[in-house]
Amino acid sequence: MTFGDWISEPGNVVFLAIGLVMAAASTWVVLTKNVVHAALSLVVTLAGSAALFLLLGAEFVAWTVVLVYIGAVIVLFLFGIMITRAPIGRDSAELDHRRRWPAALVALSIFATMAYATTSLYGWSEEIHLDAPVRTDSIGEILFSRFVIPFEAVSFVLLAALIGGIVLARKDETPQ
Amino acid sequence: MTLNPFLVLASLLFSIGVYGVLVRRNAVLVLLSVELMLTAVNINLVAFGAHIQDTLASGQVFALFVLTVAAAEVGIGLAIVLLIFRNRSSANVDELDLMKW
Repeated sequence: MTFGDWISEPGNVVFLAIGLVMAAASTWVVLTKNVVHAALSLVVTLAGSAALFLLLGAEFVAWTVVLVYIGAVIVLFLFGIMITRAPIGRDSAELDHRRRWPAALVALSIFATMAYATTSLYGWSEEIHLDAPVRTDSIGEILFSRFVIPFEAVSFVLLAALIGGIVLARKDETPQ
Repeated sequence: MTLNPFLVLASLLFSIGVYGVLVRRNAVLVLLSVELMLTAVNINLVAFGAHIQDTLASGQVFALFVLTVAAAEVGIGLAIVLLIFRNRSSANVDELDLMKW
């Protein structure tokens, strides 16, 4: 399958546009000197992933990403940045370690290994056939029938995280 | 749509996240890079789920579980970072050498 065949399909054009935006935004997350810009670039990356989920027919997951990540997690991150007084501004040369090149080498080799390992499973002309998007009510039925025990386990994890967050954030009482 | 471009994009996001985790000094930025890696995992899950077309929609369900655990992780992680900042007035990961031998 040549690139011309690939790009002639409308879904692939949309994928290419979203993928380029996501790659640029995620690179900016790890390269920028401005901490707030890093968080806002993460918003762009997550919005791109939500668009990819819509493209793949996973509507409920897409809107969950928008609500939970862009709505809540990023706000939490911005609070964290402001409370820990992370260096905001252009003068922050101390944001990165000095040894960037070994890290870049590790990341590049991980990319090469993972891309090769996952794409060699299927040929480059392996199509995703989407009949219809998965409806939210069927997701709900699946969650509460087949996956009900993992669902309850995950609710326990959330409860533990809630209690742990309160315990960690509470001020210690001064000893009498 | 073809499957492989999704996998390449997910590996790219994951490796960018690895680079961020390795190179950033601020703990909040390390957590941001971890979020990039989790997003890559979710893209892989949903893409494979759309490809194999199972009736249980396992890919999407597992992506939802990953989202939930990631939300819990961010809450606890930021609480720990705030506690460390309160005690040591620094959130740089290379200055936390209390347990270094």
